[in-house]
Amino acid sequence: MIIETIVFYVFAVVTVAAGVMVVVSRNPVHSVLFLILAFFSSAGLFVLMGAEFLAMVLIIVYVGAVAVLFLFVVMMLDINFSELRAGFFQYLPVGGVVGVILLAELILVFASGAADITLPKTVASPTPPADVVSNTEALGNILYTRYAYLFQAAGLVLLVAMIGAIVLTHRRRVGVRRQRIADQVARDPKDVIELKDVKPGEGASWKSD
Amino acid sequence: MTAPSSLLLEYLPILIFLGIAVAVAGLAVGGSIFVAPQKPDPKKNAAFECGFDAFEDSRGRFDVRFYLVAILFIIFDLEVAYLFPWAISFSGIGLYGFWSMMVFLGILTIGFVYEWKKGALEWE
Repeated sequence: MIIETIVFYVFAVVTVAAGVMVVVSRNPVHSVLFLILAFFSSAGLFVLMGAEFLAMVLIIVYVGAVAVLFLFVVMMLDINFSELRAGFFQYLPVGGVVGVILLAELILVFASGAADITLPKTVASPTPPADVVSNTEALGNILYTRYAYLFQAAGLVLLVAMIGAIVLTHRRRVGVRRQRIADQVARDPKDVIELKDVKPGEGASWKSD
Repeated sequence: MTAPSSLLLEYLPILIFLGIAVAVAGLAVGGSIFVAPQKPDPKKNAAFECGFDAFEDSRGRFDVRFYLVAILFIIFDLEVAYLFPWAISFSGIGLYGFWSMMVFLGILTIGFVYEWKKGALEWE
């Protein structure tokens, strides 16, 4: 139990410190790397709460894919680092107001007691105890049957994202000599090779068409 | 902090592994900082690239096509994330759950065929 508490505080401190470094870091690439650290330690916090599946998805999807996408975006934009720093105090009031509002809302939620983590017993499908049914299995038991329509809607959202990404960023380049294997296979030797029987002392004439 | 300790006990090896990783990394970096003599001078800190200065910044801009590949990767990554709970509770959800996932995979296969035919997976 004492180890659990220590691990919780280590992960919590690392998460908050990495979040601060995301904001104050001078280099955007370092910011993204600190974001990955924040994701990772959040996954540790999820495991401590018994939410295994959420932790694994955080590692696989966020660390593995979303953070890489952020790195691509940071590297794709032509960022002048000194210009970026110059805007810091310009954006400070707006960012500060947003942060203060969020903090006030969180304080209100906790003060009113609405953030009671224990689920009410009247929810449609209460979370089974993690000793009996693992987190992932509890999700799988209802996601594909009871919430099948929402599940299919998620599939449609992914399909729209896929088509949208292709429509927005894919350009067919002109003047590219790409390999067409069907053309290569269908090529007949009789059309392209001509055998000439050249007598000694004579030349071979080649007629181009 | 109400998680059962049997679940967390399974994660103990990972915690030990994390501790060892942090210790080894700290030893390697900290050791080179504290033990090795550090006498920097301008010649030592200068860029070394086969004897001449670098022509351009190494942080060049990426082609937008990398981005398309990354987005398509994320979408199929999410699809795989949906497969994990399905595989675990496969015996409990019956034929309905099976066909539910098949329809989901079918929808994404439509997108896969679209991107294949569109040539989004080809590089040049």
